Amino acid sequence: MTVLEPTPQEVKTQQIYLEWGLTQEEYQLIEDKILKRMPNYTETGLFAVMWSEHCSYKNSKVVLKKFPTSGTRVLQGPGEGAGIVDIGDNQAVVFKAESHNHPSAIEPLQGAATGVGGIIRDIFSMGAEPIAMLDSLRFGELTDSRMKYIAEEVVAGISFYGNCIGIPTVGGEVAFDPCYQGNPLVNAMCVGLIEHKDIQKGQAKGEGNPVMYVGAKTGRDGIHGATFASEEFVDGEESQRSAVQVGDPFMEKLLMDACLELIRHHADILVGIQDMGAAGLVSSSSEMASKAGSGLVLNLDQVPQRETNMTPYEMMLSESQERMLLCIKKGAEQEVQELFESYGLDAVVIGHVTTDGQYRLYHEGKLVADLPVDALAEEAPSYNKPRQEPARISQFKEMPAYVPNVTQPLATLKELLQQPTIASKKSFYQTYDAQVKTNTVVTPGSDAAVLRIKGTNKGLAMTMDCNGRYLFLDPAIGGKIAVAEAARNIVCSGAEPLAITDCLNFGSPDKPEGFWELWEAAEGIAEACETLTTPVISGNVSLYNETSGQAIYPTPVIGMVGLLEDIATVTTQGFKQAGDEIYLIGETASDFNGSELQKMLEGQIFGQLTDLDLTKEQTRQRLLLQAIQKGYVASAHDLAEGGLGVALAEATFEKGLGCEVNWENAACDLFSETQSRFLVSVHPSQKEAFEAMMEQDKLYHLGQVTEEPVLTIQLADQRLSESVTTLKDLWEGAIPCLMKSKA
Amino acid sequence: MKFAVITFPGSNCDHDIYYAVGTVMGADVDFVSHHETSLAGYDVVLLPGGFSYGDYLRCGAIARFSNIMPAVIEFAKAGKPVFGTCNGFQILLEAGLLPGALKPNAQLKFVCDTIPLNVCQTETMFTNAYEKDTCIQLPIAHGEGNYYCDEETLAQLKENKQIIFTYAGENPNGSLENIAGITNEAGNVLGMMPHPERAMEELLGSTDGVKFFQSIINHLRKVTV
Repeated sequence: MTVLEPTPQEVKTQQIYLEWGLTQEEYQLIEDKILKRMPNYTETGLFAVMWSEHCSYKNSKVVLKKFPTSGTRVLQGPGEGAGIVDIGDNQAVVFKAESHNHPSAIEPLQGAATGVGGIIRDIFSMGAEPIAMLDSLRFGELTDSRMKYIAEEVVAGISFYGNCIGIPTVGGEVAFDPCYQGNPLVNAMCVGLIEHKDIQKGQAKGEGNPVMYVGAKTGRDGIHGATFASEEFVDGEESQRSAVQVGDPFMEKLLMDACLELIRHHADILVGIQDMGAAGLVSSSSEMASKAGSGLVLNLDQVPQRETNMTPYEMMLSESQERMLLCIKKGAEQEVQELFESYGLDAVVIGHVTTDGQYRLYHEGKLVADLPVDALAEEAPSYNKPRQEPARISQFKEMPAYVPNVTQPLATLKELLQQPTIASKKSFYQTYDAQVKTNTVVTPGSDAAVLRIKGTNKGLAMTMDCNGRYLFLDPAIGGKIAVAEAARNIVCSGAEPLAITDCLNFGSPDKPEGFWELWEAAEGIAEACETLTTPVISGNVSLYNETSGQAIYPTPVIGMVGLLEDIATVTTQGFKQAGDEIYLIGETASDFNGSELQKMLEGQIFGQLTDLDLTKEQTRQRLLLQAIQKGYVASAHDLAEGGLGVALAEATFEKGLGCEVNWENAACDLFSETQSRFLVSVHPSQKEAFEAMMEQDKLYHLGQVTEEPVLTIQLADQRLSESVTTLKDLWEGAIPCLMKSKA
Repeated sequence: MKFAVITFPGSNCDHDIYYAVGTVMGADVDFVSHHETSLAGYDVVLLPGGFSYGDYLRCGAIARFSNIMPAVIEFAKAGKPVFGTCNGFQILLEAGLLPGALKPNAQLKFVCDTIPLNVCQTETMFTNAYEKDTCIQLPIAHGEGNYYCDEETLAQLKENKQIIFTYAGENPNGSLENIAGITNEAGNVLGMMPHPERAMEELLGSTDGVKFFQSIINHLRKVTV
C-alpha cells in the first residue's frame, strides 16, 4: 500500500508546517538558507519536531545561559542524557528531572508512568544504575472531581511503573493550587550511581560504525509528543489524545539490565548510547551524530515496527517507549545481538555513521530525507522574546502590609494541617515501593530522602522543591527561595548540597509577561546556585503550561542531591527523645504574603515578597550542617508552608512525642513564612556545644521535647495545647477524606 | 551450605535477597537463571520478591511455567527448604507448592510500609531462631497480598500449624485471618508477603529479618551434623 503524502509544493502552499508548530520564518530559513530547495513532507516534519521548544530550547536557551553549570565536582553538565557529579572513590551520582505535564493532563496514568520510564532511561543511558525516583506534582484543588481523578491516576501511574521496574520512589512533593486545575504538573527525577569508568556519551562516530536499535518495537503512539508539549491546551479540543504513549515497565527493566550489562562488560565495543525520548528516533539519532561531528545513514525498512504501513514520518517521530539507540564498533554486531537476545530483546542494525555531516534516510529503496545534521539538531533559531513585567507585580508592590487576623491559633493550626499542600501525603506515597534495592535510610515523609551507598560509609540525600506561590508574587525572589529551600532540605538531613537539576514549568514565552517570569525566575535561581555553590547539571523546560489563556504559577521545580560523607550523621525532622532541647534558628518577621495562611484565609495570594539574603542563608546552612556533622543535633526541620506552628506539629508526628514551647510572639507569627529558619532539637548533653557553635547566629531556645504526646505553645498573650494524636489524625486524614468526598 | 536465588525476567528484589544472605549473613549464594533446569548442588532455594514477567496477568502466573520450575518442584518434594517472599510467595501458590491464593489487596492499591507481625510457630526450619510469641517488624510492598483459601484448607493449615506469620496490627491487605505467611504440609516450603531481606540492618530501620535467615542456617547445620 502506498501512502500518499503531500508534495513539497503542497507542504509549502498549504502551510502544513504551521500546524506542526514551525513558523513561517523558520520554514523560509529551511527552504532559502539550509536546503536551498523546498523540504519534502518528511523533512518538514523532522525540522518541526527538532526545532520545537521541547527539543531545541529555542525560547529558553537565552535564559538557560544564566545558570552556573560547572564546579569542581561536576563531571558532566547539561547537554547529555543527565548530569554527573563526583562523590569520590571513583564513584559519581547521576541525576536529572523531567516534566511530563501535557501527557499527564490527557491520560494521567500513562502520562505519569511514561514520564517515570523516560527519566530512568536518561539515567542508565549515561551508564549509571538508577537507584531512586522522586516526583514533584502539582494539582488543582481536590474539591473538583476531575482533579481527584487526575491525582489518583497520576499517583497510580508512578506506582505502576516504579514498583514494577524495581526502583524505589523515595521522595518528592505534592502541592495544590487552582492555577494547576487545567494544567497539572508531573515532574519526575531519577538518581543513579556510577563508577567513573562506566560514564557514557550519546555519540555516533567512526565512519562505517553501525547504529543499532534496541528494545521495544515502534508504533504510531506519541507522534508529535514533543510539539504537543510545546503547545497550549484549548478547551474542547480532543484531537490531541494520540500524542500520549503507553508504558511497559517490564520491557524497560529488561532493556535497562541489558544496556547496563553492555556498558559494564562490553565497553570495548560500545561507542555511544542514547535513549529515544521526545521526538524518538529523529532526536536520538541526529543528536548522536551532530554531537560527534558525524553524518548518518539510516534504512528505515530495518526499524522494528509493531504496526503496518508506517511512513518515514511516523517512524521517525514516534515516541513509542522503552527504546534505545546504540553506536557500536563495526564487526561487533553479533556480540550485541546475542547479548540482547538473552534478555529476549530486539537489537537491529538500522544504519551507519558517515563523515559528511549529512543525515540521510532511506525507505523502500528511496532517499526520503537528506539534511545537514547540524541544522536539524543544533541550529534551530534561538529567540530572545520581548518581556514585560505583568501588571500584577506593580500592584503587589503597592499593597499595604498584610497581617492576618489570628485570634484562635489552635483552630488555625488545625485548619492549616488539613490544607492539602501541608497535609500528609502518606496515602499517595504509601503506594510507592520506597525500599526496594535495600538502600533507603530515610523513607518518604521527612525533608529529604536519604539512601546509603552499599560498600561505603556514604549516603545521598535528595529532594524536590518549589513554592510556585512565591514565584507568582516575585519570580526572581521566588526562584532564589526554591533553590535555598531545596538546600535546606538537604542540610537538615545531614548532607552537603552538591548540585541541582530543574524542571522549568512556565506559561507561554510568546507572551511578554510569560517570558518575563521565566527570565526573572532564572535570574533568581542562577544567583542562588552561585552563592550556595550548587551548579545546574541537568534539567528540562516545559513552557506553554496554559489552559485557555490562563497560565500556571511560574513553577521551576528544583531537584537537589547532597552527599553525606558519613551516613551515621543522618538526621530527620522528627523529635527523637523526651528532654531534648528545642531551638528555632533564625528571626521571624511578618511574612504572610504568598503564605499558606494567606491562601487559607483570603482565598488568594497577594502582596510583596520579602527578599532573600543568600549570604545569610548560606552561612546559616553551613553552620547547621557542621553542628549536625559533629553530632550535636537530634532532629532538624526546615520551616516552610505554615511556618513554626506546622513545623512543630510535624516534628512531633514521627515518634509521637510532645513538646512544651515558650515563644513570646503574637499568635499570627506562629504561621509566618519568613525564610532561612530551622527547627532543631538537641540532646541536653550537647546543649552547650551546640549553643556555642551557633552563637554567631540568631538562636532562640523554645523549650523541651516531652514524653506526653501533647503539643503546648505559650505565646505572648495566650497558650495553646492539643493532643499530638488529634493533630496527627487531622493531618493524615485530610487528603484521604478529600479524595473520598463526593463533591 | 549453598543458597540459590532464582531470577526470572523482571525480578527486582533478587539482588536484595542475595545481599541479605551473602553479604549480611555471610552465606554462600548464587543467582540461578530461569533458563536453568537443575538445582543440583544447592541446599536452599529462594524465590525473590518484586515482579516477574511484569506480572501484567495474575502475579506469578507466568513465572510458574519457567524452565527452572520443575527443578524447584522436585527440590521441594525432596523436603529441602524453599522460601518465597512476596512475588516468590505468589509463584509458589501458582506452582501448587502451597495451598490457597493471593488476591489483589482489599483496598485495591499497592501498599508499602513496615508493619508488626506475629511469629506464630517457632519450631520450623524458617523460624527456629525466634523466641516464642515474638512480634517482629518487617517491611511489606505488594499489590496482591490478600491471602485466601477455602474453609477446609484453612482448617488444615491450623491443624498442621502451617500458619507461620500473621499481621499483628491493622491487616494491610484484607488477608484471611490476618495470614501473612504459610508453609506446606511438610513444612519445608514457606511463602510470605513481608520481606525479611529488607530488615537486615539497623541503618535501614529493622534487623528482625536476620533471625529468619539464621533459622534456615541453623536448620541446615543441624541436618548436616
